[in-house]
Parts: sequence; C-alpha cells; structure tokens
Amino acid sequence: MSLNQGVVGVYSYVDSVLDAVRKLKANGYENLRVFSPVPLHEVEEEIDLPPSPVRFFTLFGGLLGAASGFAFTVLTSAAWPISVSAKPIVSIPPYMVIVFELTILFGAIFTLAGLLVNGFLRNRAPVSMYDKRFSDDKFGVMVVCPTENISSVQDILNSTGAEEVKVDSIDG
Amino acid sequence: MSQDTKLTYSRVTTDVVAMLEKPSVKWWALFMISLSFVGIGLICFIYQVYVGLGVAGYRHPVFWGTYITDFVFWVGIAHSGTLISAILYLFRARFRMSIYRIAEGMTVFAVLTAGLFPIMHLGRPWNFYWLFPYPNQREIWINFKSPLVWDVFAVSTYLTVSSLFFLIGMIPDIAAIRDKVTEKPRRIIYSILSFGWKGSNWEWLHYGRAYLYFAALATPLVLSVHSVVSWDFAMGNVPGWHTTIFAPYFVAGAIFSGLGMVITLTIPIRKIFHLEDYITLDNYDGMAKLIMFTSGIVGYAYAVEFFMAWYSSSPFEWQQFMYRAVGEYALFYWIMVICNVVIPIPLWFSKVRRNLKWLFIISIFINIGMWFERFNIIVISLSRDFDPAAWGVYKISWVEAGITAGSFAWFFMFFLIFLKTLPSVSISEIKEILPVPKRGDK
Repeated sequence: MSLNQGVVGVYSYVDSVLDAVRKLKANGYENLRVFSPVPLHEVEEEIDLPPSPVRFFTLFGGLLGAASGFAFTVLTSAAWPISVSAKPIVSIPPYMVIVFELTILFGAIFTLAGLLVNGFLRNRAPVSMYDKRFSDDKFGVMVVCPTENISSVQDILNSTGAEEVKVDSIDG
Repeated sequence: MSQDTKLTYSRVTTDVVAMLEKPSVKWWALFMISLSFVGIGLICFIYQVYVGLGVAGYRHPVFWGTYITDFVFWVGIAHSGTLISAILYLFRARFRMSIYRIAEGMTVFAVLTAGLFPIMHLGRPWNFYWLFPYPNQREIWINFKSPLVWDVFAVSTYLTVSSLFFLIGMIPDIAAIRDKVTEKPRRIIYSILSFGWKGSNWEWLHYGRAYLYFAALATPLVLSVHSVVSWDFAMGNVPGWHTTIFAPYFVAGAIFSGLGMVITLTIPIRKIFHLEDYITLDNYDGMAKLIMFTSGIVGYAYAVEFFMAWYSSSPFEWQQFMYRAVGEYALFYWIMVICNVVIPIPLWFSKVRRNLKWLFIISIFINIGMWFERFNIIVISLSRDFDPAAWGVYKISWVEAGITAGSFAWFFMFFLIFLKTLPSVSISEIKEILPVPKRGDK
C-alpha cells in the first residue's frame, strides 16, 4: 500500500483554481479540496459534493422542539390541575407560543450541532496542508494521491498557474 | 457592485485586524466613563434592594414604570440586528454586508441589557429563577398561560439564538484574524473561537447551509419576540393596551428604533476607524429607507389607535387616548409623535438620507422618541384605567433614572469591548461582494 500524500498548490486567481480543478478531475483525481477566503460557488459546482446533511439536523431539532414544547406544557398542566374561571386545564392556543419558541431554540441548537459535526469534526482538512494566506487573499487546491503520482499532480498544479506547491504526507 | 473597487482581499483583512490594535487613550476614557455609570446604576440597584421597591417611583395605580419601559426599549433595540443579519440576508440585500456585524453585536448586548430589567422590577430579585420551569419539591409548574412566561421563553430563546448566530457568523473572520495576529495568547483565543476553521470547500458547504437555516429560524423568531413582548400588554384588559394591532405595531417600532440605534452607533465608528470604503453612503441610504417605511407604520399605528378608541364607543378607551394627547403626560405624548413621525419626514429626500450629520441627528431623536413611546404605552395606560377613584400620576425617581443611565453605560461598555476584540466588520462577507480576483485583472 502506498502512503497517501497531500499536494497543495497556492493560487491568486479564481479562474486558475477552476482550471486546476477541471484538469485534475480530467486526470482522475477525485480527492480534491479547495481552500478559499470566501465561499466559491463555481468550485462547489465543479467538485459537486453531496448536499449538506445539516438540513436533517435542523429538521430533527425543530420537530423535537415542537414535540417537547407540546409535551412540556400539556403534561405539566395536567400534573397539577388548577381550574381557573372554569377555563380548560389544557389550553392549546397559549401553549403554541411555547411550542413555537422551543421549535426555534432546538432547531438552532441542532443546526449548530450539525455544523460542528459535519463542518468541523468529520473530514477535517489536515493542518499541514493549510496556509495562513488562505484566510486572507490566496486560494489553495489540495490533492490527496499515492506517492507515485506526486510529480504528475505537481505538473498539473504548476501548469495551471500555482505560485507555490507543497507536498506533505498525510494520514489516510 | 455598490462597494468601492479600491478594496482588495488583503486590504480588507488588514483593515479589520488594524481595528483590533491596542486601544487608544480615547477608548479607555470612554470605557471608564461607561464603567462609572455602570457603577452608579449598580449602586442605585443595591440601594433599591436594600430599601425596597418603594424607591422606584411606583405609586398606586402605576406599578409598571421605567424598568418595564427600559425592558421594552432594549428588546426593541435588539431587533434590528437580527433584521439586518437574517431577514435582509434572506432578501439578499447587499447594503447589509458592512453593518450587519455591528448590528448583531448590538442585538446581543441589547438583549443582555433588556434581560436585567424584569429582574430589577422584582421585589425579591434573588428569586428571579422562579420564572423558569424547573422540577421542584412542590411539584408545581409555572403558568404557561401567562404572557409573562411566554416572554421568558421568547427573550431567552432570542438571546441564545442571536448569540449563536453572532458567534457562528464570525468563524471565518476570526480565522482570518488568527492567521494575522502574532502574540501567542491572542492567537490561542482566536484559534479556539475559530473552531479550527480552514476555509476548505467542505467547510464552506456546511457553513453556508447552517447559516441559511440560522437565518431562516431567526427570521420568524425576531418577529415573534416583540409580538410576545407586546402581548404582555395586549393580553391585559387595560384601556390603551387591549388591542389587536399591538404585535405588528411593536415589531415595526422595534425595527424602527433598532435601525435608529445602528445609525447612531455606526456613524461615529465609521469616522473613528476610517471605514468610509466599507460603510458607504448607499448603505445608509438603504437603512434610512427602512426607517422611512417603519416610521410610516408607527405613525399609522398612532393614528389608528385613536380611530379604534373612537370607533369602539368604549368611554374608557376614548378617555385614555384623550388623556394621552391632552392630559398630564401630553408633553411625553407629543415628544413621541414629533420624534417618531415628524422628524423622520426629511428622510423622504435622498439628500438627507445621504447626509450623515442629519442622519445622526434624526437617529438620536428616534431613540428618544421610541423610549417615550414605550413609556406612554405603559405608564399612561396604567395611570388612568376604568375607575376614576383609582387614577394616579407616576413620576420617575432618581433611582430609576440612575439605573436607566447605568443600562445605557452597560450596553456601551459591552460594545466598546466588542470593538476591540472581535471583527466589527465582516471580513468574509465584504470579500464576497468584491469582484473575485481573476487573471485578467492583473
């Protein structure tokens, strides 16, 4: 088994990044990662990741919040029934406010959890491949490939206008 | 592109990082002034706890006074932050980009300020946690049918969600600062706050989605919070409170006052930190148009309240509104009308919307007017209800005035700390509206 290597090219221009991504994909390199200081929608289309699962976290959180809002208000009212002015013990319309607020609260907290799990814990980009300029004004294209392909990847990156190419071994 | 094309990616980063340099003497002076007013507020509060709520100007029949006014005022100020960051995000309004971080910070600090007032308004403030539902040995739960409990849920949800939105929105920017600062302690703190952000397309994908859902959740939330606050009043059978227009009336008023406060805060910040290339006149033009719009809604609400009181044929409602316009509190009523409806009229002209001096002056009047709006709704309604034998006049006491001044200082104190520790202009979103660097631009 050949050790996996990471190769990263530093770019100044978005169109060069797109060229590099297209060329790498044409040569069969699918394990790509693009670093950028802003979200790049063209790159997103080009790399075509599956839709973010954060949506399911939000949906689950919202539904859980609504259910807990209902359960909480109804069960606590029923636990100690105090009849006021012969009004119903369990009165749904005022409870909707609580249901609504808890839907939003749980939805937001689960969205945060979804972001942490998917964006920050799973599939972290290796630190050795990161360059401080990627948060400022440079873009990076990272390729994970077996050791024997390093030189061909370097060629592709250089030919598309990379200003700098770094190679490092990464786990995986 | 409404933004100035002189900006480049690297200049944006350097400019924002430069705002976080060691605070100047002026900053320390402002901070110390804020801190001393916070101290005055604290002393007033301790005095009130020691002596009792009697020092707070409460007189029969007015037992909701300045503290509740301050509470509604600060919750209102908190509204424009989420309006600008969430609602205008969903509408893709570009003028939000440069100001939304300041507005969001303002939201969080205003909710932190607002949350103190219901506690100060309690006779035994150390028992404030009774408002929250928690299992206890009496096995008795809070009354979920009470608007005051809705308020607890709405405001605490709002604080949580707006703080999360604020902190999450900052992650890419904090990463950019982390990569620029050299001192080790600062780098460690920013590294933690940036959650190890690297800006890979994988991160941007999930981040973009999460941000969209946050905006989508915060939008109905912001509308619900001030509606719930308005129901604190509208659910009560008090003439002047018991109307169906309260929810939209309060939400529009909240956005109106919040935008006023954003303008009051950003004009000096723009000047001090030389952000003329970031916060452009177009941005102010956009905010001023929203102020025109909400001022119109608020003015309509003032008028329609009189119509409803007259049309209802209820003598109690009618006497309440006549009392507002010509009674003991008439001065406050007309301050409100003039500040909120008459003074914003010049904004109909684009020259005024683009003149920062005028805009600043108008925004100060809006802040004053909106404080009095809440005072009028709360105090005037309570001082004259159904039974003439139970009428009375309320006057603000020095304790209340001290705590109110302290609350402004408390808000500005947080804001000053924010300006020197966190990016008050969004680095990544400003870059997003700049043209992307392409080979041809060389």
